[in-house]
Amino acid sequence: MFFSFLSRYPQIAAGEVIRESVPWVPSLGINASFLLDGLSLSFVLIISLIGAAVFLYAGAYMKKYAETGRFYVYIGIFMTSMLGLVLSDNMLLMFLFWELTGISSFLLIGFNHHKESSRKAALQALLVTGGGGLTLLSGIILLYQVTGSFEISSFYDMNGIITAHPLYPAIALLVLIGAFTKSAQFPFHFWLPNAMEAPTPVSAYLHSATMVKAGVYLIARMNHEIGGTPIWQDTVLLTGASTMIFSALLAFKQTDLKKLLAYSTLAVLGTLVMLLGIGSKLAIKAFFIYLIAHSLYKGTLFLVAGTLDHETGTRDVGMLGGLRKPMPLTAITAALASLSMMGVIPLVGFIGKETVYKAILELEYWGMFLVAAAVLANAFVVMVTLFVGFKPFWGKTIQTPRQPHEAPFKMLLGPALLAALGLLFGIFPDIFIASMLEQSAQSILSETLSLKISIWQGFNLVLLLSFVTLLLGGLFYLIRLTMSGQVVRMGMPAFMRPSAWYEAVLRGVLSFATIQTRFFQNGYLRNYIIVVIVTAVSLAFLAFYRSAEAVSVSPDFSITFYEGALAFIIVVATGLLINSRSRLKSIVALGVLGFSIGIVFVIYGAPDLGLTMFAIETLNVILFVLVLYKLPGFLKLSRSSNRGRDAVIAVSVGVLMTLTVLAASSFELSSGLKQYFAETSLPDGKGRNVVNVILVDFRAIDTLGEITVLAVAALGVVALLKLRADGGGR
Amino acid sequence: MYSIILSTASRYLLLLLLIFSVFLLLRGHNEPGGGFVGGLVAAAAYALYFIANGIEAAKTVLRFDPLRIIAAGLITAIASTLPSLVAGERFMTAFWIDTGIPFIGKVGTPLLFDLGIYFLVLGITLSIIFSLAEEDRS
Repeated sequence: MFFSFLSRYPQIAAGEVIRESVPWVPSLGINASFLLDGLSLSFVLIISLIGAAVFLYAGAYMKKYAETGRFYVYIGIFMTSMLGLVLSDNMLLMFLFWELTGISSFLLIGFNHHKESSRKAALQALLVTGGGGLTLLSGIILLYQVTGSFEISSFYDMNGIITAHPLYPAIALLVLIGAFTKSAQFPFHFWLPNAMEAPTPVSAYLHSATMVKAGVYLIARMNHEIGGTPIWQDTVLLTGASTMIFSALLAFKQTDLKKLLAYSTLAVLGTLVMLLGIGSKLAIKAFFIYLIAHSLYKGTLFLVAGTLDHETGTRDVGMLGGLRKPMPLTAITAALASLSMMGVIPLVGFIGKETVYKAILELEYWGMFLVAAAVLANAFVVMVTLFVGFKPFWGKTIQTPRQPHEAPFKMLLGPALLAALGLLFGIFPDIFIASMLEQSAQSILSETLSLKISIWQGFNLVLLLSFVTLLLGGLFYLIRLTMSGQVVRMGMPAFMRPSAWYEAVLRGVLSFATIQTRFFQNGYLRNYIIVVIVTAVSLAFLAFYRSAEAVSVSPDFSITFYEGALAFIIVVATGLLINSRSRLKSIVALGVLGFSIGIVFVIYGAPDLGLTMFAIETLNVILFVLVLYKLPGFLKLSRSSNRGRDAVIAVSVGVLMTLTVLAASSFELSSGLKQYFAETSLPDGKGRNVVNVILVDFRAIDTLGEITVLAVAALGVVALLKLRADGGGR
Repeated sequence: MYSIILSTASRYLLLLLLIFSVFLLLRGHNEPGGGFVGGLVAAAAYALYFIANGIEAAKTVLRFDPLRIIAAGLITAIASTLPSLVAGERFMTAFWIDTGIPFIGKVGTPLLFDLGIYFLVLGITLSIIFSLAEEDRS
């Protein structure tokens, strides 16, 4: 797959945009349309390349796990949806894939589902990214209201329209929150380190190289369409910068290899978002180089961390050392990737870092402050790299839980390949990335850039900054080594940590759900009915109140003898029903009521309805009598206050129905439906009984649905009754 | 409470009511009636028989398990939608054959559909009544 997409490289590099579209749900404007341009191609290449390496690696790594089949299915789903995400041209389609990546990530983080921490981390990741997904969806829908289209490519010339629209701030913020949660930006960053519960190939693939970049991709993709305004750029810039600096600081206290890497990933994601926030040509260039470089080296380092875990049995940096002798190849791979991550000549990471500094220095207002922040953050990243890439391999040998030996071939090839690519890209940047970079940058800025990338740009301020970064990083490393014991206990007070806010919100939601369930669904059938009726009546009354003027009631009070007699019977039967002290009498009264109403239907020209009513009433009485056998003697169980309440509810329902009927008869129905059915019933439906023709022909599909529901309901009733009978219930 | 008059009468009434229900079903397309009412009347017929002769006798007369009748009805209704699919028309397009026989007249897929409703309603009502009655005895 990687090579198949690679074959498109020359085409895209030449500035072409490939677009395929298949209508899917045309009535909603949802098309399965895909777009391949510079931006998506670079993501696609990253996804498929790292994916290949990870699959290869997992083949060996996952041997110790049970149910590896499931693992491959999940990760296959993820890879597909991730590719779909970056290739979609339709916002809703992209959202679908977006959610799919979230779900597969949930399944993969919780892969060790027998561990509570795994389950918790998986749920956390799902809730945070899922919540972000919802805001993204709202953003997409608002955007649709403004533009009338879901196709990203059709927004291309609409930047002016969108940004001038009053809904624009909402759209921008909603889309950005979605992107920030996915890419674990501050203050939503906490799920990413916890997601390290996943098997290492997953961490390498989803949580460093690809999925967390989906948010970055979204910002990059929408940058041209809805970006370019102060609110967009500043939010992106500030969020990126604060993520960068905070996560770098947090990395200081970690001891677990994967957590260290996770926090450095956060720092890099922050940097990437910040670069998009700067939005200058140079920043975009830096964005792409950094993106590619990071995917290459971070994927490698994660896989190396996995190898270490696999071969030695621990991921605690304090317990690893001197492994270069038993594992020479892994050591070289790790060293290559680490040098790239630290930004040392001549690896691609160096070019990345140089361009980042240069891009920041261009800024007028924030330049100096941000450069200081970036240097600091990168220094921490260097520290992390020293811990992950060098400490386990160099220095004196430490006894590990398992006797270390070189990793199997499959686990070496992937990381080694990625690391080597990092070196190649660094030495020959022009050949590999320059041309694609131009096209990618065009997708974001819609300007053609001619970018020159070279590894050596002479001695200047930027190079100096690189040296300062390395020195500071080394310094932090030494400090961290000497105070290894105390650091672990350092931490922020709980109220400062966003993860604590998450916990609080989760607890709140749960307890609210409990209270609400207790109130509405307390197990008394009576209360359910009251809740349903009261809600319906209040809503309907509200509607009447709102449209009170439109209803002009002019009832016709002239009644015939039959009508009067029927009304009398109905009133008497109702009175009997309410006051009766024997159940049988109530049921008979109810039957009388039903038959009278059936006669009303007949009088007013609905013989079908009347006929059905008679049949149903007959059966109803039989059913009631059958149920009656089982009930205890008729007692006056309800207190008079309850009866009063019931009476109020019943009367209000009655008043409401009367009002509804009066209102409905005071409107002239002009829909033409009645006439249409009356006219076409005989020629098209071959029947004179309009009601029946509607039921079995014009609206037959509704009827089919209804009878299916009926059948299922009957099954339910029978099952309930049989269950009681078999269980020897009352 | 066993009444010999009711018991004897119910045998004839059952037949009469069933014929009436089929009559309702067939004429439903042109006059008041239809599968739903027909099914209810048929169910009432069996319910009457059950009241007069008891649950076991009613079951024997019915011969089939009510749940099977539900299934048969649903399948019939769905089967009536298939000709339109086979003919490549839009789903549930009606097809008619003029038999020329008096009282029956034109026969078509809507009638089949109505027949499905008839059986379904019959099955549902009887399954509920029978379950209640059975639980009552145990």
